[in-house]
Amino acid sequence: MLNRRSILGAAGAVLLTIGALAGALAEEKSIIVQSTTSTANSGLFDHLLPLFQQKTGIRVDVVAVGTGQAIKNAANGDGDVLFVHAKADEEKFVAEGNGVERFDVMYNDFVVVGPKADPAGIAGSRDAAAALAKVAAAGAPFVSRGDDSGTHKAELKLWKAAGVDVKAASGGWYRETGSGMGQTLNIAAGMSGYALTDRATWAAFQNKGELTIVVEGDTKLLNQYGIILVNPVKFPRVKAEAGKAFVDWVISDEGQKAIADFKVSGEQVFFPNAKKAGG
Amino acid sequence: MASIVSTVPFPGRFASAPQVRTSRCQRSLQTVDLGFEAGGKTILDKVSMTLSPSGLTVLLGPNGAGKSVFLRLANGLLLPTRGTVRWGDDRPTDATRLTQSFVFQRPVLLRRSALDNVAFVLKLRGVAEARGKARSLLDAAGLGALADRPARVLSGGEQQRLAIVRALATGPGVLLLDEPTASLDPASVAAVEALIRSAESQGVKVILVTHDVAQARRLAHDVVFLSGGVVREHTAAADFFLSPHSAEARAYLDGRLIPQEETNSC
Amino acid sequence: MPTANATVAFFLIDTMQDFTLAFVLAGQLLIGLDPTLMGIVGLSLAVTGSALLVACLIGFPVGALIGFRQFRGRSFVIVCLNALMGLPPVVVGLLVYMMLSNAGPLGFLQLLYTPSAMIVAQAVLITPIVAALSRQVVETLAREYADTFRTLVVPWPTALLALLRDGRSGLATVALAGFGRAIAEVGAVIIVGGNIAHVTRVMTTSIALETSKGDLALALALGFVLLLIALAVNATVAALSLATREAGHG
Repeated sequence: MLNRRSILGAAGAVLLTIGALAGALAEEKSIIVQSTTSTANSGLFDHLLPLFQQKTGIRVDVVAVGTGQAIKNAANGDGDVLFVHAKADEEKFVAEGNGVERFDVMYNDFVVVGPKADPAGIAGSRDAAAALAKVAAAGAPFVSRGDDSGTHKAELKLWKAAGVDVKAASGGWYRETGSGMGQTLNIAAGMSGYALTDRATWAAFQNKGELTIVVEGDTKLLNQYGIILVNPVKFPRVKAEAGKAFVDWVISDEGQKAIADFKVSGEQVFFPNAKKAGG
Repeated sequence: MASIVSTVPFPGRFASAPQVRTSRCQRSLQTVDLGFEAGGKTILDKVSMTLSPSGLTVLLGPNGAGKSVFLRLANGLLLPTRGTVRWGDDRPTDATRLTQSFVFQRPVLLRRSALDNVAFVLKLRGVAEARGKARSLLDAAGLGALADRPARVLSGGEQQRLAIVRALATGPGVLLLDEPTASLDPASVAAVEALIRSAESQGVKVILVTHDVAQARRLAHDVVFLSGGVVREHTAAADFFLSPHSAEARAYLDGRLIPQEETNSC
Repeated sequence: MPTANATVAFFLIDTMQDFTLAFVLAGQLLIGLDPTLMGIVGLSLAVTGSALLVACLIGFPVGALIGFRQFRGRSFVIVCLNALMGLPPVVVGLLVYMMLSNAGPLGFLQLLYTPSAMIVAQAVLITPIVAALSRQVVETLAREYADTFRTLVVPWPTALLALLRDGRSGLATVALAGFGRAIAEVGAVIIVGGNIAHVTRVMTTSIALETSKGDLALALALGFVLLLIALAVNATVAALSLATREAGHG
């Protein structure tokens, strides 16, 4: 009896603690940003968010998922700010009334990585579409996100430009992982395949194995990030004020400089290009 | 076993717990044309008899004679497929069961201490200070030293004595015992029989199922002899052991009547 | 998924030094009482402990009732309950997300991306497990007690409590099974919790995150820590049940 009582007591205490914690957290001003694995895994948010919190006292909680899922979550009103990289989808998001206004924030670029052995012979190429066509022709393994993320969409666009029907090759040399960028790179490293990745994730990735950058520098490989305040008219629970403060800060001179200052292994990986200056 | 469980669910409604200690209404047990079949086999057939509301009745007979089934029908753990059972004017119900206690051949003890086993039934009947009373009942039965031991680790004899102490703790008017000493050593048998005698001397009606002639001789006031699912005779103990009326009983007492084929199915 | 298997096999051959490194890292993290790790471990235990409490408060009585009461459609309920044990965590996560989302019916509770949401998801995941397994424990005991309880005229609520009490050692094992499943689960909590640093990041979501960053050694080190926690919890329960047995209540 004593034991049961003490176990129940302990469990009760745990619940109370959580309640108290939740209460304490609720006291603090905080917003939820739906964003992508590339921004989170590269460490950009770890660099930006403390600066923002120091200035405004607002804590930013980042949910890092694929761009597709991030947009979906935000379209359900689950989040205050959307910070992703799939311009067409972002504009559609705003057009459907889910977001207030879209702002360009920064860009980085995609790179094609592949095994040092380079079975498709594309290393050093500056034409991404032509390189991918060669990969297809060689039947060399290519590992795709396959998860409707921004990177996945960019990749599909390149295949289209290359005139390759990857659907037909799916399961053959074309492997869709349905996972995040890091998982996909893990798998590419494991099977010595080619993959498209954003430079930031690649720079921070630690399990490169035999992989190296084979194609970079094509203007088609530019990767534009945008930021949108979720529409508080449509979703009354959106913390409009704090969310807007974050959007404004990110595209302000101060925020833009912070982005430029962020480096992975001494290398700048995101290039700020917000059009609207101000704060 | 499974079929018994499913045909006899737990009582669904909330049963009240009256103080039976003060309402020991003694009623005779009467059966009319009582029969029980299971799986197409007749286990008990055309039992019509009356047991007096006091004294110690032994149901004697070989294994498979239907003695245990009779006891279960009397308590209402089984429902007859033919005929009727009556305690006074009542069929076996929760109300009659509240005035009775049933001890099984293999005692079913709760997985807790000996003391808590007795306290459980006292609490069930709404007795105040159940644990204190349980301890004094165990002391009186010579089981005080075992009070705090887990019931399941007691010896077979200790377990059966505990089961009887628990059965008597509720102050029943009737004590139903199904082969309580079947697998016990002689010393344990003596201890169990002492408990039975003391209950009987306090006016509890005891119905004891046994296949042990010597035990029947030691305890019985009257003997019901069954074999093959049929009551062969119901005789005062003195007469029964001197000169049984039925050929089956004579054969059994002489050690000639072998168990029926039903033995295997039990 | 032959692809994934081949990948794993490749890692095992290729990264033996990661394995060694993981051991060293796990040791360093534990010895150094790394504050971030301690926060994550604490949240894991708090979330899973609360989910387990909820699951037991519901699952024990429900399982016990199904275990010893006879009613129409009982076999059907048991089959359904057993099937629910195989509920994929991701599906649970999605269902809970859809309920708690601002677009969902329980959005007004504002629980999404909080530890409470993770507790709900884990509780939903393991309550069927706790109920189904305690049904088995109680049914065995109930079969044994059935005649005794009937002849004693035990009202069913009392019988229920007695069965739960006397089946406690079996039920402790059931609770451990639920605990193990909940604390090792990642699919549901990452959807409803969002793996937000310092808010909803637990052991398993950290492991998933480090894996996706390619930091396999750190991911594995966290895995070792998780294993140690599970070991500690099981050992504690074993010691407790041994203590009660020795105290004469076993």
